[in-house]
Amino acid sequence: MAAGAASGGSATTDTYREARTWLLLPSWLILAGLSLIPVCLMLIYSFLTKEFRGGVIWDFSLAAYDQFFFDRGLFGDDPAQIEWTYIAIFWRSIWQASAATLLSLAIGFPTAYFIATRPERNRAIWVFLITIPYWVNLLIRTVSMKFLLRDQGPLNDMLIGIGLIDTPIHIVNTNFAVQLGLFYSYLPFMVLPIYAAVERYNFSLSEAAADLYASKFTTLRRILLPAVKPGVVAGCILVFVPSLGSFLAPDLLGGAKNFMIGSLIEEQFKGNAGNWPFGAAASMILLTIVLILLLIFARQQARAEKEAH
Amino acid sequence: MFGSKRRFDIKSYPGFLPVTLLCLVILYAPLLVVTVYSFNASKSITIWEGMSLRWYVDVFVGPESEKFKVAAWNSFVIAIIAASVATTVATLAATGMIRAGKFKLRGLSFGLISLPLMVPEIVTAVATLIFFNAIAFERGLMTILLAHTAFCIPFAYLPISARMQGIEDSYEQAALDLYATKRQAFTKILLPLMAPGIISGFLLAFIVSLDDFIITNFVKGAGVETLPTAIFGAVKQGIKPNIMAISTMLLAVSIVMVTVSYFVSKSDNTK
Repeated sequence: MAAGAASGGSATTDTYREARTWLLLPSWLILAGLSLIPVCLMLIYSFLTKEFRGGVIWDFSLAAYDQFFFDRGLFGDDPAQIEWTYIAIFWRSIWQASAATLLSLAIGFPTAYFIATRPERNRAIWVFLITIPYWVNLLIRTVSMKFLLRDQGPLNDMLIGIGLIDTPIHIVNTNFAVQLGLFYSYLPFMVLPIYAAVERYNFSLSEAAADLYASKFTTLRRILLPAVKPGVVAGCILVFVPSLGSFLAPDLLGGAKNFMIGSLIEEQFKGNAGNWPFGAAASMILLTIVLILLLIFARQQARAEKEAH
Repeated sequence: MFGSKRRFDIKSYPGFLPVTLLCLVILYAPLLVVTVYSFNASKSITIWEGMSLRWYVDVFVGPESEKFKVAAWNSFVIAIIAASVATTVATLAATGMIRAGKFKLRGLSFGLISLPLMVPEIVTAVATLIFFNAIAFERGLMTILLAHTAFCIPFAYLPISARMQGIEDSYEQAALDLYATKRQAFTKILLPLMAPGIISGFLLAFIVSLDDFIITNFVKGAGVETLPTAIFGAVKQGIKPNIMAISTMLLAVSIVMVTVSYFVSKSDNTK
């Protein structure tokens, strides 16, 4: 997915050249109308004035960004200080998404490698097994995770039953539960690009290293890892980006103490207490972070492609 | 040493198999547990009191059945329409991208098609809500349908374009040489060859629409529910056995559809 997305697909033929505009027009209209224009409108809304019962007043204002970054006291006339509340929420989200990415990498890399080194006819089945859960409703998966991890849930029951622990471990409503939930949500995104990279890897390089008395670990570290790095980076980005803005895992598994960006944004649009310009501003800041990451990623992939040729 | 067998198998690392198995356990354990407990006879979700279909009956005739029936119907209708439109649009777009020569806006078109995949889902949700608010479009089933259609296009596009790239254009060229019109080459040659890609694109788009919570939650009107938003509302009051029964059914639908999609896309009708 990532590799194809970067290059835009392979060579084309021109059988339907005359019809091109008509073929592409529906997708242009729908996606410009329901994806591109809305994002531009969101940018505009983030510079408007909030209406007290949800919605906006069409007056230019920097209040949303000001509220995000600065604390001006209860009445707004104190000298501006840095407001840490929202920065802290973003920081926690970045931290949680990073931890989830590392967890996915720690489990996803060996899994992807293992699958890629199976006999060719078995690989598709392994990949299929890893991807099935991804297509199950994310909400249901997250609820299932919560059910499994509860204090009185089957996991704790089992651990107590086999005598490993005496009292239930509290997992739900901790940072770790959120990380586990995010890991569970996006693991296939880690496995698939690494799998693709290892599958393309030429194992005679490893064999050459081994013939020259490199240990297995050295071969892995010095030969294999550099060769499959683009796949690893792609996997990390593909897990990190959706984790950063996720809503369900932190909401259901994290509880109120483990608030993340997604919940902060959602709150601004629910009911009358919300603040639409502030929600739009928070979304813009999230989108900016994500786009910067994707840009770095695209450049890195382009460089890797150049080196390969 | 020269020419002799290597001291070890360079491809395999100890511990990678156990990690893979652990990975599968983590992926499937929560789903299995919920499936098993959905058959629990007990009113409590903690105590196991033997097998029963009681909660499945409850879903269809119980006190909340009306709510879930309406939500399920909404989800189903939206998913069918959104996936059909998205698949049609994606098929045309793929033809325009892959079978209509090089053109200046190709990169831009591709960026537009993959936009919903790059923007975080919650941002798409916020942006779509703001859009409907700005044009004063009343929120309800229609807003959900429109948002889903746009969001499903890239998911339908990926398998469809992958398939189209794998089909040589010699089949269509042969038809054109035999005086078929381009329209005939498209509908009688390319589309039938594309069938597996189109079906698997449709199924993926269908699942994406059926599963969506975040965007739906933002753009749905008050009182309008789809299955995921109804489930979310119920789960907020605690996980109840009837929710596990609904979840298990939805889980089964997704798994069946993905499996069908997998085998359809594997079948090769160009040989």
